[in-house]
Amino acid sequence: MSTPGEPPRTPVTSPLWEVFVRARRGLSHTHVGSLHAPDAELALRNARDLYTRRQEGVSIWVVPAGAITASSPDEKDAFFDPAADKVYRHPTFYEVPDGVDHL
Amino acid sequence: MYGNDFVPQEDAPGGGLLGQVEAAEVALREAAARSREGAAAPGEDPAAYFADVIDADQKIEPRDWMPDAYRRTLVRQIAQHAHSEIIGMQPEGNWISRAPSLKRKAILLAKVQDEAGHGLYLYAAAETLGVSRDELVELLLDGRQKYSSIFNYPTLTWADVGAIGWLVDGAAIVNQVPLCRCSYGPYARAMIRVCKEESFHQRQGFEILHTLSHGTPAQRAMAQDALDRWWYPSLAMFGPPDGDSTHSAQSMAWKIKRFSNDELRQRFVDMCVQQAEILGLTIPDPDLRWNEERQAYDFTQPDYDELMRVIKGEGPCNRQRMEHRRRAHADGAWVREAATAYAAKQRAESQREKVAA
Repeated sequence: MSTPGEPPRTPVTSPLWEVFVRARRGLSHTHVGSLHAPDAELALRNARDLYTRRQEGVSIWVVPAGAITASSPDEKDAFFDPAADKVYRHPTFYEVPDGVDHL
Repeated sequence: MYGNDFVPQEDAPGGGLLGQVEAAEVALREAAARSREGAAAPGEDPAAYFADVIDADQKIEPRDWMPDAYRRTLVRQIAQHAHSEIIGMQPEGNWISRAPSLKRKAILLAKVQDEAGHGLYLYAAAETLGVSRDELVELLLDGRQKYSSIFNYPTLTWADVGAIGWLVDGAAIVNQVPLCRCSYGPYARAMIRVCKEESFHQRQGFEILHTLSHGTPAQRAMAQDALDRWWYPSLAMFGPPDGDSTHSAQSMAWKIKRFSNDELRQRFVDMCVQQAEILGLTIPDPDLRWNEERQAYDFTQPDYDELMRVIKGEGPCNRQRMEHRRRAHADGAWVREAATAYAAKQRAESQREKVAA
């Protein structure tokens, strides 16, 4: 925004950060959302104020959104295909004869 | 907090409200655990795949294919919802410095901060659809996107803070709880967060009114006056009557919206009657009465012409709200610039250190 008489300002855009919160000791960090901040330290502070106002976490990670490489949903099937025909990786694939314990 | 009036219309009824939010959260997890039947093969028509996901009550995620109109509808709805949270800080912010006790002030500060947080959750959800928050903020500041008309009414007394919590946040919850089941994942997840926090807002408002209505005659009168002024604008938050509402059918088919404006309004009225009795206040509607046949209350509709006027910018506070928002945004520019300059300086310094090392 510029006020009359001032030269127009270039709007400042802060980079986007993805936020991960560990809710309690023993749990993994879980993605909770994103926010804008100029640097990592402010991202962390903003994340605390935005995503843990009710003690929702004991630890926060912030990651520049641009640093995340994601698989594409379009290639979902082809990409995960190699795992599709390997049911023998699951213990339920195997038949256990009656009377066998501790297996 | 937000209303339903600005867009063609939105969603839904509440109930045991927190319970419904939790049920929506469970449903979200269950849907995720269910594998989608009849998954489209690669190269299959993406529209068929999209329809499949919606039919199976599963969530659409940001990188999934979606119809352009679905994306546009969501961007508009989520952005306007976000703007409402941001503008919604003003009517209550008006009373922070004059709250009647330190406790009330601390609570009100926390509530207004929550509204800012809700706005930010929602901007973040909108950004997953490929728009930037800066763009959306510009649209609000230029008046090209709207916010809920309820925030164009003034908060004249402390009791209005109570009425906003009880009625405005109450209506917002009735609207928003069904949005926890919206087909777009990031929006549904943001709404679950928002609704959980919103129930504190509604209870604190109710408590303010309860204290006033059981206080001195002057306090009681103040509470009644607030109810008299906020009742119909709160009913109008659910948007125009079903007959006048466009876009609805498509939003319903996409499972963005799940209940009609009139269904939600009825639900809200039915909830409020008993709560008003406990407050010992009178809902300003001489025609409000139980209809045995419908198993619901008959009530007087809000003035929809007034609603349209307020949406068009002729409400009591439209100009004040927008001027305030523009000024706050402009006044914050130097902070954003300074933070960015500082970040650039830190980056340059750490580069130099690396080179030197």
